[in-house]
Amino acid sequence: MTFSVVVEVSLRPGIADPEGATIERALPALGFQGIANVRAGKCFRLSVDASSEAEALERAISLADRLLSNPVIEQSTARIEASA
Amino acid sequence: MTMRVGVVVFPGSNCEYDAASAIEAVGATAGFVWHGATSLEGYDAVILPGGFAHGDYLRPGALARFSPVMQTVADFAYGGGAVLGICNGFQVLTEAGLLPGALQKNRGLTFLCQPSTLEVASTRSALTNRATIGQRLSIPINHFSGNYTCDDDTYASLVENDQIVVRYVDNPNGSRDAIAGVSNVAGNVVGLMPHPERATSALLGSRDGLVLLESFVSGQLVAR
Repeated sequence: MTFSVVVEVSLRPGIADPEGATIERALPALGFQGIANVRAGKCFRLSVDASSEAEALERAISLADRLLSNPVIEQSTARIEASA
Repeated sequence: MTMRVGVVVFPGSNCEYDAASAIEAVGATAGFVWHGATSLEGYDAVILPGGFAHGDYLRPGALARFSPVMQTVADFAYGGGAVLGICNGFQVLTEAGLLPGALQKNRGLTFLCQPSTLEVASTRSALTNRATIGQRLSIPINHFSGNYTCDDDTYASLVENDQIVVRYVDNPNGSRDAIAGVSNVAGNVVGLMPHPERATSALLGSRDGLVLLESFVSGQLVAR
């Protein structure tokens, strides 16, 4: 079976996020009030061949740890995306 | 004996000729090593030059670390060979786990291309064994992701093991403790964001890169 998996990569808590901070500073000028703690990250969509959802997630996380993220500064999560 | 330095060329490297020319300016010989190579035979030291290896896609260095040559570079480094990563080469070495920490986007999110003043923090590395502690060097920087980051434990071990090689005087990119370059514990693997190969002649505005490159080709991996 093929599963649609979404992997999100974000900076670990405590790691400074210059991109998120810059976006946050721009918000008041655009009229957005009451939005804080902006953190920027990346999102990957994958089609994963696997025999179960659990296996698909495991394969995606393995890929995320090895390539899609730099575990020194980033963390990643994977979830199955509902098929359209 | 003349030192022979292999300069690794990834698709997207763009400082390999500057590096080779600078190496020859300090009396060593240089040759190019394609990223698909699996041998460093004939070379006494290795440089990973600046540029945008594999387009810097995903993250700088993230794809380059899987180039075939990197396993060979890792073996060379573990064997005590001198390895220098400049700018993108530094990013590749951190991604490959040959140097601690990571380089993230500059504080302020601007690409920085300007002279920078460095202060030598350790003379125990292959890059600084002919320099003196506290020596100030004018060396240009040219990067978007040069903001050196590491966790508290890693930082403590960098200090403990004298692995901080050079620091910025004015910290233009927000690096932790103004770190511009680090080494591994042994001192034979060094990475830095500034470009010593672009500071080798008065015509280029500075000759301060020479002492670093002379250290690197001295064959003296670590001053003791």
